Amino acid sequence: MTSGVYRWMLPIVFALALPSVAWADWGALNMPVGVTEISGKVHALHMRIFYWCCVIGAGVFAVMFYSMFKHRKSKGAVPADFHESTTVEVAWTIVPLVILIVMAIPAAKVLIEMEDFSDSEMSIKVTGYQWRWQYEYLDEDISFFSQLNPAHNVARQLDSGVDTEQFEHYLKDVDNPLVVPVGTKIRFLHTAADVIHSWWVPDFAVKKDSIPGFINENWARIDTPGVYRGKCTELCGRDHGFMPIVVHAVSQEEFDTWVGEQQTKTAAADMDSIRQWSQQELLATGSQVYNANCMSCHQKEGQGIPGMFPAIAGSDVVTGDIDAHVRTVIHGVANSAMQPFGSRLSDVDLAAVITYQRNAFGNGTGDTLQPSHMRSLRQGLSQTALDVTPDNLKGVN
Amino acid sequence: MSYSDKAHDHPGHDEHDDHHHGPAPGLMRWVTTTNHKDIGTLYLWFSLIMFFIGGGMALVIRAELGSPGLQFVDPMFFNSMTTMHAIVMIFGVVMPAFVGLANWMIPMMIGAPDMALPRLNNWSFWIMPFAFTIMLSTLFMDSGGPAGGWTLYPPLVLQMGDSFAFVIFAIHFLGISSVMGSINIVATIFNMRPPGMTMMKMPMFVWTWLITAYLLIATMPVFAGAVTMLLTDRFFGTSFFSAAGGGDPVMFQHIFWFFGHPEVYILILPAFGIVSSIIPTFARKPLFGYDSMVYATASIAFLSFIVWAHHMFTTGMPLAGELFFMFSTMMISVPTGVKVFNWVATMWRGSMSFETPMLFAIGFVIMFTIGGLSGLMLAITPADIQYHDTYFVVAHFHYVLVPGAIYSLMAATYYWIPKWTGNMYDEKLGKLHFWISTIFVNVLFFPMHFVGLAGMPRRIPDYNNIFADWNFIATIGAFGFGFSQLLFVYIILKCIKGGKEATSEVWEGARGLEWTVASPAPYHTFEVAPPIDANTITR
Repeated sequence: MTSGVYRWMLPIVFALALPSVAWADWGALNMPVGVTEISGKVHALHMRIFYWCCVIGAGVFAVMFYSMFKHRKSKGAVPADFHESTTVEVAWTIVPLVILIVMAIPAAKVLIEMEDFSDSEMSIKVTGYQWRWQYEYLDEDISFFSQLNPAHNVARQLDSGVDTEQFEHYLKDVDNPLVVPVGTKIRFLHTAADVIHSWWVPDFAVKKDSIPGFINENWARIDTPGVYRGKCTELCGRDHGFMPIVVHAVSQEEFDTWVGEQQTKTAAADMDSIRQWSQQELLATGSQVYNANCMSCHQKEGQGIPGMFPAIAGSDVVTGDIDAHVRTVIHGVANSAMQPFGSRLSDVDLAAVITYQRNAFGNGTGDTLQPSHMRSLRQGLSQTALDVTPDNLKGVN
Repeated sequence: MSYSDKAHDHPGHDEHDDHHHGPAPGLMRWVTTTNHKDIGTLYLWFSLIMFFIGGGMALVIRAELGSPGLQFVDPMFFNSMTTMHAIVMIFGVVMPAFVGLANWMIPMMIGAPDMALPRLNNWSFWIMPFAFTIMLSTLFMDSGGPAGGWTLYPPLVLQMGDSFAFVIFAIHFLGISSVMGSINIVATIFNMRPPGMTMMKMPMFVWTWLITAYLLIATMPVFAGAVTMLLTDRFFGTSFFSAAGGGDPVMFQHIFWFFGHPEVYILILPAFGIVSSIIPTFARKPLFGYDSMVYATASIAFLSFIVWAHHMFTTGMPLAGELFFMFSTMMISVPTGVKVFNWVATMWRGSMSFETPMLFAIGFVIMFTIGGLSGLMLAITPADIQYHDTYFVVAHFHYVLVPGAIYSLMAATYYWIPKWTGNMYDEKLGKLHFWISTIFVNVLFFPMHFVGLAGMPRRIPDYNNIFADWNFIATIGAFGFGFSQLLFVYIILKCIKGGKEATSEVWEGARGLEWTVASPAPYHTFEVAPPIDANTITR
């Protein structure tokens, strides 16, 4: 743990003993070697080009500094009058060119390997949302969302007063990690639902943009079981810094067990959306859903940010016709940060959050929306999606 | 004896004429001026003011990043700051400063009485303060300033509120200003050279600006087209960049970087010209390999048009595209290397002294080379997939832009300010400014390489504790560097007020036409074409 005093001392230590500080914690200084064959090769390329750069830099700077010490006026140096030489110009064009070719060949080889998506053994579709990831196992019929660990989500709020140092993996932990088997060539299919995101796990040397309307490919074969962490690397709006990636790489047997558990869970969720919920239950669940999905824009007390994100408290939409409210949440609002949540929240979550919004923040409409009602409503709405014109959403944005 | 003195002694001049030749009195002088020196001064002051506005934004960013957790600003405002910081620094600081130097120096370097199109020149400048007022005013509007990054990638940028229209409007004006300024520079260089000043005798600064002006004329309209498509996508229901309507968000990135990559060289080629003027002066030896310097600059400009997609290696390009852009990008290091080697060869066996301009020029060569070498690393596509959008990239482009482009501007200021004001600046303070800046700029940007390689993405307001120490150091460097620039302002003001009187030559080893006129340079110079001989050309 880093105390305040220690931090103030660091710059001094840095100035006095750069090498010792620099070598003390190599892990936070350099690219990881990673856990795939490709990531190892990328690391080797990185180190090779880095050493070339060091050699070139050292050579150029050595000549410069020698010249600056020897050829100075104060030492009585008399200027020579040479000012051109075709021979040296040609030499220092050809030599770098040769170095470049020496570098380009292995780089091209690795690149060709990286782009070979053939013979993959399983496929996972990764969809970027503002601001979470959706993972769909195309062969196992498993699908879930993965977003920032709720405790970290509280700690990262402006002036939260929570000490972030208590979390070892602050902003690098999620509620539902991606679970994959080791030793399997996994093909990732990247796309996005709203804006461009980018899925990066440094230990796999995998980084690909998730682009709405397009599908990008990528692959990894993980050699070592473990927990690997990454981040979204394409600016995707307000909470770009808060959509981490966590991958659990496990043995094939463990993976199979996990797949079984997931399928049971899906069945349980289905049961949940059919049963009758009390308003209290809905409010409790709704509060959690609100904090995870709505709070970053509409704010903790539902007050919004005037001009940018409309308020929930006292909103015409939320306190008015419930159908318009449901439509807004499900379909979003075009050309704004309000996303269509219909595709990313379950019937239970949707019903709960709508119930919560209509009763919290002094809205007090007393309405309750049952998950089962939500379910049938959603099926009906999908056929009337075109009815949503901007006029229906007046006052939303 | 200076040529302009001679011009005023000319029998055709009487007192009445001379009266008309002086600057107009009062504030209106600056509004209505068509004099290249006045307009150059306006550009330079504008750029200096914007430097502190953009720098203030950088300090907001670094303050927030000083430790983990959110302490000062909302993430949305943080994003506005990173976006605005880039827009201000690129379009409000580096570009106008180079245009200001071009205005002041190009006519004096080639022996022309003024710019070819003086009224256009006035207009080019006066558009800028208005454009930036519009741009900065969005920060105070309800829907906030642009927060999608200076690259304006859709669909994110289309989520912006109505203030987006103001951003586009301001960008169009800045583009018009740049294109008009460039046309003026090209027209001046081609038409205003006196007999004997052949193309291959022009000072390197003039050459690099000629090539830069062509880059601007070629790319600014492309940028204008791209942002206009954003405007119609946002407000008029088109779908150029929306897949749902049959468009392609990646197409924007191609168009943007077709402008954006040459833009990077727009920000550095004039710097090459400045350094190529300063190093020979203080090495007391002509620039080594003048011809190859010209050809290298032209090659860099040409290559800058065929490397744009190296900004997009993670967007899912076909393999052939990735290979092509990797090879073409690596090629750029060849002419760039030639330039660095030529500067070193110019210093070699010279008779060097280290006044402030030379210190900044040497600082430029060393730290620009560091930025260039990390650029070569970024060209290696498989490695770039790891570096892309991390702090490693932030470190790279700040090394070429701050101790690169900004250092060249400081070097130029110290080099030519005696010619502008007629007074020498305070050498002791100048050197102090150099050393403080150089220490802090490295404390600021060097740690960014480490956190980037270790996995810290760019454009994030908060991070894991493993990055805390290096970020804290970078924040110290940022505040140190930022506040030491107040010293720069003090030195400039002190130099304007007074100081040791400057001779017309100013520097012992200086060669070129600008050093043949009196210091301060008279309001009008070279009304009669000067003779061009071995003493008045730089090569």
